[in-house]
Amino acid sequence: MTSPAAKKSAPPVSALEPERLRPDFPILQSRVHGKPLVYLDNAASSQMPRAVIERWVRYQEREHANVHRAVHALSETATREYEAARHTAMRFINAREAREIIFTRGTTEGINLVMHGFGRAFINQGDEIILSAMEHHSNIVPWQMLCEERGARLRVIPMNDAGELLLDEYEKLFNPRTKLVALVHVSNALGTVNPVRGMIRAAHQHGVPVLLDGAQATPHMRVDVQDLDCDFYAFSGHKMCGPTGIGVLYGKAGLLEKMQPYQGGGDMILSVTFEKTTYNALPYKFEAGTPPIAAAITLGAAMDYLTAVGMERIAQHEQALLSYATGQLREIKGVKLIGAARDKAAVLSFTLEGIHPHDAGTLLDLEGVAIRAGHHCAQPVMQRFGVPATARASFAFYNTFAEVDALIAGIHKVQKVFA
Amino acid sequence: MTDARQLYQEVILDHNKKPRNYGVLADANRSAEGHNPLCGDHISLSLRVEHDAIRDIAFQGETCAICKASASMMTVAVKGKNVGDAGSLIQEFRDMATGKLDTQTQAHHLGRLNVFAGVRELPTRVKCAVLPWHTLNAAFHNQPSATTESGEF
Ligand SMILES: Cc1ncc(COP(=O)(O)O)c(C=O)c1O
Repeated sequence: MTSPAAKKSAPPVSALEPERLRPDFPILQSRVHGKPLVYLDNAASSQMPRAVIERWVRYQEREHANVHRAVHALSETATREYEAARHTAMRFINAREAREIIFTRGTTEGINLVMHGFGRAFINQGDEIILSAMEHHSNIVPWQMLCEERGARLRVIPMNDAGELLLDEYEKLFNPRTKLVALVHVSNALGTVNPVRGMIRAAHQHGVPVLLDGAQATPHMRVDVQDLDCDFYAFSGHKMCGPTGIGVLYGKAGLLEKMQPYQGGGDMILSVTFEKTTYNALPYKFEAGTPPIAAAITLGAAMDYLTAVGMERIAQHEQALLSYATGQLREIKGVKLIGAARDKAAVLSFTLEGIHPHDAGTLLDLEGVAIRAGHHCAQPVMQRFGVPATARASFAFYNTFAEVDALIAGIHKVQKVFA
Repeated sequence: MTDARQLYQEVILDHNKKPRNYGVLADANRSAEGHNPLCGDHISLSLRVEHDAIRDIAFQGETCAICKASASMMTVAVKGKNVGDAGSLIQEFRDMATGKLDTQTQAHHLGRLNVFAGVRELPTRVKCAVLPWHTLNAAFHNQPSATTESGEF
């Protein structure tokens, strides 16, 4: 990947023609405050194409019943489609086996599942968990809760001013008490793509498993869990053109088998008496109760859509958007970009001199430009860079160069109001 | 439809740039912190209340323009008032910001604070405008802190 700094407002070229894909997305045709919607809050949640919406509708109209429970035809159809979605997810991240795919409510629940199932089983008094300085709160708070309960402690990998992890410091954090590395693959606040493959190899040399928070990676790049060799990988459907309420936790089968169930209930058991319960096999051991069937099936359709567009093309187009937008933003006086990693996803966090990000967000919204303003659930990142909050524009493959221009024009307007 | 100028009126921009009563009172006898967990913004308020009258008041905090101007104008409005009158103003301000009080048609004592009426169209910004008032209310009731997520607005 080239450094966006090297290319200054290069003329837009793209491997993907977003204008041809945009009609697939009903919501992208809408207007906000009388202006065409320019949706640049994809890191918070992405939009859904019609084919994916229709998959949800088709399920509800023709296929719905409970799964794994009955012999009737509808239940068989629902079960088949639900398990087919699991296979789609398996292929999407290149897991070895379908039983390594656990459907969750999202990244947050996936991480909490690992905290309960792995953390409670293997992390004790005096043990250490390594996190990075750029974690989302969802990959900090569960570990803090565990540390409090167990008397374990967190060690934090520091980062430099560009928002890149200091790998030398990382290596120094390992000791015989290290039990887990929990690391964000792509930072939602900075856009940094962490060199996770090498970091996982380093952890494995110490015999330490690694959980990756992939919430911001799966929508934007090809993820191969076997190539990465991560032990756990958590991600959310709603950030990759799927619905809310569904996500995936991948875990290596060997590890998942050793773990305790996360929740107890129906579906996760083989037999129950008041004396003893025998847990079901993977992945059902971790899917207590009726799962979000419609959401899982719809997520499968979202993965099919992304695969059809092509993850490589998506990554290329987003990189082109990133370097174009970075070049434009750098030219505006008073704009300070937060996060300048060499390897970066299409996320632009910035501050405007003398203008609070919240005000910038409101004024951009009045221009139809949707960005996020705030701490992005990563307050330690804000503290590291000494800002209370940033404005963040985050791109998806359906964003266009013209939308970058709308953002830039909007920022000029914001500055004018506060001039 | 809200437009930028209607929301960010000159008075608001002015108070944002040059906040009045900014700082911390050395001889305060009431104080409270206000938090907006949605954006991480935070203000602190200190007051000196004597015989039920607000003798002095100051605020501090790096916040958005709406919140800062609201805090600044609030300190100007309540300084010298007695606690009861300030309490009614808190209620009127909240009602205006949430649309319960229509300042065009209903009687009120808000005066220039009426410039914040525009926020009612933008639910997320209502919290920014109301946070200082919420914090003032907490200080009156000897609560150490207030957040935008608690209490009715
Ligand atoms: C990096 C990162 N991790 C975790 C999450 C949490 O995802 P969810 O809210 O879908 O559980 C998010 C999204 O907000 C994120 O950006």
